[in-house]
Amino acid sequence: MSEASAGTATASAAHTHAPRRNPLKDALVESFMAGLLAAVLASFILGVRTVDAPGGLVLEYRWHWVLNAFLIVGVGRFLLRLFWWKEGAALPRALSAASGRISGVVGQRLLWLGVGLVILAFVLPFIPGIQRYHMDIAILVLTYVLLGWGLNVVVGYAGLLDLGYVAFYAVGAYSYALLAKTFGLGFWTVLPLAGFLAAIWGMILGFPVLRLRGDYLAIVTLAFGEIIRVVLLNWQEVTGGPDGISGIPRPTFFGLEFKRFGENTFHGFFGIEFSPMHRIIFLYYIILVLAMITYFVTNRLRRLPVGRAWEAMREDEIACRTLGINTTNTKLTAFAIGAFFGGLGGSFFATRQGFISPESFTFIESAIILAIVVLGGLGSQIGVALAAVVMIGGFEALRNMEWLQEFVATNFGVEHFDPGEYRMLLFGLLMVVIMVWKPRGLVGSRTPTIFLGKEKKAISREYVGEGSG
Amino acid sequence: MEYFLQQLINGLTLGSIYGLIAIGYTMVYGIIGMINFAHGDIFMIGAFVSLIVFLILIGLGVTWIPLVLLLVLIVAMVITAAYGWTVERLAYRPLRGSFRLAPLITAIGMSIFLQNYVQLAQGARTKAIPPVITDGYTLMTSPDGFVVQLSNIQIIIMLVTIVLMAIFAWVIAKTPLGRAQRATEQDATMAALLGINVDRTISLTFVIGAALAAVAGLMFVLYYGVIDFYIGFIAGIKAFTAAVLGGIGSLPGAMLGGLIIGLIETMWSAYFTIEYKDVAAFSILAITLIFLPSGLLGKPEVEKV
Amino acid sequence: MSATPILTVEHMTMRFGGLVAIDDLSFVAERGHITSIIGPNGAGKTTVFNCITGFYKPTTGRLTLTHEDGTTYFLERLDDFRINRFARVARTFQNIRLFTGMTVLENLLVAQHNTLMHASGYSLLAVFMPHLYRPKENDAVELAKYWLDRTGLLAHADDPAGSLPYGAQRRLEIARAMCTRPKLLCLDEPAAGLNPKESEELNRLLVSIRDEENISILLIEHDMGVVMKISDRIVVLDYGKKIAEGTPEEVRNDPAVIAAYLGVEDEEVEQATGGAQ
Repeated sequence: MSEASAGTATASAAHTHAPRRNPLKDALVESFMAGLLAAVLASFILGVRTVDAPGGLVLEYRWHWVLNAFLIVGVGRFLLRLFWWKEGAALPRALSAASGRISGVVGQRLLWLGVGLVILAFVLPFIPGIQRYHMDIAILVLTYVLLGWGLNVVVGYAGLLDLGYVAFYAVGAYSYALLAKTFGLGFWTVLPLAGFLAAIWGMILGFPVLRLRGDYLAIVTLAFGEIIRVVLLNWQEVTGGPDGISGIPRPTFFGLEFKRFGENTFHGFFGIEFSPMHRIIFLYYIILVLAMITYFVTNRLRRLPVGRAWEAMREDEIACRTLGINTTNTKLTAFAIGAFFGGLGGSFFATRQGFISPESFTFIESAIILAIVVLGGLGSQIGVALAAVVMIGGFEALRNMEWLQEFVATNFGVEHFDPGEYRMLLFGLLMVVIMVWKPRGLVGSRTPTIFLGKEKKAISREYVGEGSG
Repeated sequence: MEYFLQQLINGLTLGSIYGLIAIGYTMVYGIIGMINFAHGDIFMIGAFVSLIVFLILIGLGVTWIPLVLLLVLIVAMVITAAYGWTVERLAYRPLRGSFRLAPLITAIGMSIFLQNYVQLAQGARTKAIPPVITDGYTLMTSPDGFVVQLSNIQIIIMLVTIVLMAIFAWVIAKTPLGRAQRATEQDATMAALLGINVDRTISLTFVIGAALAAVAGLMFVLYYGVIDFYIGFIAGIKAFTAAVLGGIGSLPGAMLGGLIIGLIETMWSAYFTIEYKDVAAFSILAITLIFLPSGLLGKPEVEKV
Repeated sequence: MSATPILTVEHMTMRFGGLVAIDDLSFVAERGHITSIIGPNGAGKTTVFNCITGFYKPTTGRLTLTHEDGTTYFLERLDDFRINRFARVARTFQNIRLFTGMTVLENLLVAQHNTLMHASGYSLLAVFMPHLYRPKENDAVELAKYWLDRTGLLAHADDPAGSLPYGAQRRLEIARAMCTRPKLLCLDEPAAGLNPKESEELNRLLVSIRDEENISILLIEHDMGVVMKISDRIVVLDYGKKIAEGTPEEVRNDPAVIAAYLGVEDEEVEQATGGAQ
């Protein structure tokens, strides 16, 4: 599966087995054991299904699934053992060489890759064949790119492990919804306000956790995120409780609305035919611009004293204090800036959906955003963008895979197969696989913020700290 | 007074379940210094296996409840332990000694995976079974007619917890496994140099933690009778809170923390608002970590310059 | 050389629970001098540093830092980062603490954080008006280059600090401390792990910091070759107590010092008494 696990596998094999035993027999025994384990794991979860029936639960036995688990894992393990976890095995060597070459090429041309992605992003709506659901995915991906870049400030730069980032996303969304509905303020007025409100919450929640480190910080931020969600769920008078807030005003194009009928409509003003795509494309450009602003601001902040102080704090907090840096303020600015962009993302989410409820702001959102930041490579903005494209784009694409549905139905006889249902399952699995394969994330180097010489070298991750907080 | 006594009994029961899960967190944190985020979901798997095995046995016509429960307990412990072992082997062991955030991310990934795995395999709806153990004792009746009850299931939960704790304390204190575990906790490299199989010790820690979580899962099924694929998340966070409150790394601390969290939650629901009971638990977590980072029974960590 | 005190330590005691790490210590570091604190392992030298730089608050006692203009700071009352920022005390660590994943140059710019924060409008203004900030950053780079040159690290400016060899990391830590423009530089075993040639270079660097930059130095050092050669004054600690104080000559012949070292390691006695003549 990976270099790392292959390494431990061979190491443990070397430990337990005396040399010069029949490797084929070893592989068979090992595979059988692995298959057996899979069968045990599958036995009562996959093999028996509880079904609601009148008068209580009844059981539906599907023992063939246990056999399937045994076969898939056993044979898979056997094949891996023969062709993968072997010293000098051709396939993994070729693969790791290729991936090394690719990441080398990509690493040298990160800038060009970035420019290419930006150009692609700007022309995307006009590429022939792009449909509504492609745009929806693109909007979603860009939302996560924005959120990832925002959280990157906290986790990637400052090294503060924040598992409650969704709280600021929620604050932004509810701020927008309430301000826009109660006071009739427009999107562009509320947007910065929502950002600032989120930033203030960032500082309020950041203050008590200043002394905490590492996993403790993670778990308290998680708790704060959940507290905010439970409050949103129960504070009926203001937030509408579980019903949420609906009828949130849509953004307007300099006062022009994206409606089919009425005065001051976009299509009416420009004398073109109404199309629901106009609004989608408009939303797409809003989020694209917001994401670019996030990129611009966070990227520039990194090169400014406060950004260097964030990174220095990640490397060594005590050394920072001996250099006269107020680490309390530095941490709070990181929380505030990160939260600000979370708030922007939340506002956009609210205006795009037109409806928000606490259900959209569960822990899983925080986990996804954090996963994007870590999988992309902490601190690397291009990496975060790539990870968002892979993780969000890839899995949203699963929702619309009719061909796969048909393929499974015709070849395996499984009806009602919906690839979308497996989205989160694969998401979780992929988080594990990517981390095991590349613990430092997809882009594993840090670009210095200033150079004295002409040659601009990236810094290998082995030197870069991971933060204690 | 009678009302309070009843809440005390309920709180201690709930606290016992939290305590059993918390032990898994505290042991893993003690030995490899990571929050095993998937542990709550291991508990959830334990609950599902318990429920299913229970239904199978009833379907097979085994009706003597003590035998049924014993069989369910054994099967659930074995299978859940296998899950614990597998999670450690696939998601944590390859990352040992690597970047600190990596195992946290794989743990979250595993948690997401297990939740969706059970959801896909068993369906998203809640699963309910009728109460299995119904009788109980009436302890007292107040003048206005409020009855304080101690049900058999509550007695069983507390008894099982006490027995398991005793066995467990003995294992850690007296057996070679316990010694290996404590040594690995102190200094894994040195333990390895002294001939302790560190990998196996860590694996066993996960196995024990998962087995205890399976017991908690069974208790949960018996006590509440309703489970779904999502119970692991909230119960996991509360159990982790319990572990932290008691002092992470300390086994009696985990149990004590579990009881306190169970009591706080029950009392909060009884006297304030049930909607905000989770907020109460989470606030306790935040307050503990901020003002008492080493917990009630933990050892303080000294920062060295 | 004028002999006004820069740092006055009066009756400082530091207890950790029942353990008395520093017991009623008083000494004076003169302005423009190199004052060394020596003593056997566990004598409490680093604890003294940690009290001076604010990581520990002494249980009792007063630490007064006086600038040339007469401004005084009571260090026991200041937060650690304010001690650097306002009282202008900089330090290095026994186990080097660099920002290993940042370049050598970045390390030195972080050291000028407060100046640059001010110049960049607390970084927020400079997001939108970088041209106003650029000249100030260039000044900071110039200061960094000056110290890189002095410490022989100019060629490594763009390398990650973690990739430098040990001796260079020690020098970089000193350069980084100097970039905070300190009045008093506290060095915790700067010669540890250096070879004789590097040790010799370090001597020259420290003497030049004292003589050319006119910065006072407080030095903890085990290498008696360094201590005896460059110190103006030496304070000897043993078990948290001051057992001797004076010029290198006086300390070298002090019977209490010899006894303290005899109790520990022969080699160090030899170094302390005769090794550096």
